Amino acid sequence: MADKKDIDEISGVETTGHEWDGLKELNNPLPRWWLWVLYATIIWAVGYWILMPSWPLINDHTRGLLGHSDRAVVVERIEALEALRRERGGRLIEASLDEVVETPALLEFAMASGRGAFGDNCAGCHGAGGAGAPGYPNLNDDNWLWGGTLEDIQESILYGIRSDHPQTRLGDMPAFGRDGILDIEEMRAVAAYVRGLSGLEVAEGADLDLGATVYADYCAACHGPAGEGSRDLGAPDLSNNIWLYGADVETIVTSVREGRASVMPAWEGRLDPVTTKALAVYVHSLGGGE
Amino acid sequence: MTIRADTSTGGTSGAGTPPPLYAPQKKVYPQSVSGRFRNIKWAVMGVTLGIYYLLPFVRWDRGPDAPNQAVLVDFPGRRFYFFFIELWPQEVYYFTGLLILAALTLFLMNALAGRVWCGYLCPQTVWTDLFYAVERWVEGDRRERMKQASEPWTARHVRLAATKHGIWLLIAWWTGGAWVLYFADAPTLVYELATFQAPMMAWMWIGILTFTTYLLAGFAREQVCTYMCPWPRIQAALTDEWALNVAYRYDRGEPRVSLKEATKLRAAGEPAGDCIDCYQCVAVCPTGIDIRDGAQLECIQCGLCIDACDNVMARIGRPTGLIAYDNDINIERRREGLPELWRFVRPRTVIYAVVIALVGSMMLWSLLARDMLGVSVIHDRNPVYVQLSDGGLRNGYTVRLINKHNAPRELVLSLDGPPGARLEVVGAATQRADGHLVTVGPDTTRELRALVSVPPGSDLAASTPVTFHITDPDTGEREAAADFFRAPAPANTP
Repeated sequence: MADKKDIDEISGVETTGHEWDGLKELNNPLPRWWLWVLYATIIWAVGYWILMPSWPLINDHTRGLLGHSDRAVVVERIEALEALRRERGGRLIEASLDEVVETPALLEFAMASGRGAFGDNCAGCHGAGGAGAPGYPNLNDDNWLWGGTLEDIQESILYGIRSDHPQTRLGDMPAFGRDGILDIEEMRAVAAYVRGLSGLEVAEGADLDLGATVYADYCAACHGPAGEGSRDLGAPDLSNNIWLYGADVETIVTSVREGRASVMPAWEGRLDPVTTKALAVYVHSLGGGE
Repeated sequence: MTIRADTSTGGTSGAGTPPPLYAPQKKVYPQSVSGRFRNIKWAVMGVTLGIYYLLPFVRWDRGPDAPNQAVLVDFPGRRFYFFFIELWPQEVYYFTGLLILAALTLFLMNALAGRVWCGYLCPQTVWTDLFYAVERWVEGDRRERMKQASEPWTARHVRLAATKHGIWLLIAWWTGGAWVLYFADAPTLVYELATFQAPMMAWMWIGILTFTTYLLAGFAREQVCTYMCPWPRIQAALTDEWALNVAYRYDRGEPRVSLKEATKLRAAGEPAGDCIDCYQCVAVCPTGIDIRDGAQLECIQCGLCIDACDNVMARIGRPTGLIAYDNDINIERRREGLPELWRFVRPRTVIYAVVIALVGSMMLWSLLARDMLGVSVIHDRNPVYVQLSDGGLRNGYTVRLINKHNAPRELVLSLDGPPGARLEVVGAATQRADGHLVTVGPDTTRELRALVSVPPGSDLAASTPVTFHITDPDTGEREAAADFFRAPAPANTP
């Protein structure tokens, strides 16, 4: 440093005394506020090292005096959320399904959580709006294979259909063709007859007499003499306009030949009781239930 | 408008170099003054700050199910309460009306008497004025403060500065404290703050507003008006020659000579103005300008220079009003010996007043006539329609009923749709001959799932209009929401 202050003539600013090829470096110090902020952040950092977990060690890290842990915070928040759910859901558990539907506050809660749970667990097969697909029942209509009351729906959710749950709903549609019980003529005849049961057009030349005989011998036991179905066995009503797999002759023949045994998993143990109850209420509300 | 180049800080380099655009801030030390406008400012400060700090504690009975705070912004409950008015989130457009009214009132004030808002009412002015009062009380008047600023720090200076900043911070803290009281039940929140149980959010906002108040009223002061605020620029474009402004009456004041000189000149029959160049108007100015330079951007027209000048004029036995609310037209007319002319009723003021009255009455009318009942409908997106076992069709809807009354209401929901259409409501509804009876709680909405079915063979077009009606059988109020009933397009029907 020069002993005397060297002032740049043009700018009036002191120089550092460093010179390169006649160019002098001006001494414009950092703004004071900027320096103070820097010092403050340094002090902050030191305080942070002491108070908060910061330095990695070989097997661990420094814990900090405050003992803060993000993991502990997450655990705490999840517990708080679950406590809140228990509190809200507790009332749902105590109330009967009918009470839930009749109490606006409970209904609102059940519908909201049911909607979420449906999207997470049911929409994969039944569709986002519960409209179903061939083989997966539409939950918006008024046709219920196993019953459409709140209790029926809850039971279907809890135990499933043809699931591995001991209390599952069970019912078999045998493979009449594959097992050699009926030949193709008989199957075509009964398919035409079944179409006739629900007033659908029957192809000309179909042997309805044979169809009626086959129906009475093999189908009526489960589906009922007039095709009204049976909820105890989950046998579909064949006399209405709802066709789970399709109403064309080929699809019906396939059903008769190969049988049908679609599965709905049991949700007991996978979903908590509050969620199953909320789901029952939500599904019931989709089409108004029974 | 006079544009003044500040040459005192200009560059030292040779002639021809323009002065630098940057000028360092010159600290202003306004002197205390008393008089008519100072009294008006004290009164306005008392009223405006009184309203701000005390309003959250005013109670207003709304019945058992609603908060009893007169003015409350209830974010969790999504309501805004203002005495007898209660607004729902979808009614925030009333605030647009309020902003229009505020802007027009500002324009009207400006057309009548210039920057009344800036000089007396603006929070920046009011709080800065309060902070200046504290500064004067602690550190003394202009001379003492300027002297202290030029001296090195002593123990006494430190003590005074600590006292001043302590009081400033206290005021600033209480300003932030009052702010948060508008967003929660005030007495409860005060108790929570006193016992350190208040939510983090409250502390945060108090902190933010403490900081901004301290910064803006304690340090930024007139720079907010000069550099940050857009209004001085807009104001200059909106004013006209008839508007009153704080003005130096140069017709009377010029030429400026000392009292002694003036007596001598006048005795000799030579012109001598009333202005004795005492600089009192400059000393009291909170923005540190000289009003005698004419109307200027920095002038907030607080009238304190009028008080200062009037005091001097009274002391030297000359008529007051050398600085006064005036306009150039009258200054010129007086100079030409013509009588003064005041014109407050002009197309500009009339139009502002008429529009204010119009917007105000429209808002009042819509507020008084607004529906206390409402209904909205959303059609199910998936599935759009459902085939029923008997061959009929069904559509699902989400219906929301709105009850703005502070008491539960029984409402009848009914449907106007294609022939044979039947309405069902899921849960908690009683079927009646005229529809479904639904109870909606006080000041709330209720969401219902509604199903509309048509019998087989209805043969509907792809989209048929339906209307959901909502009726209050007690009051006869009716509301309706329109939607559509969807069916498979006829060509695709099997």
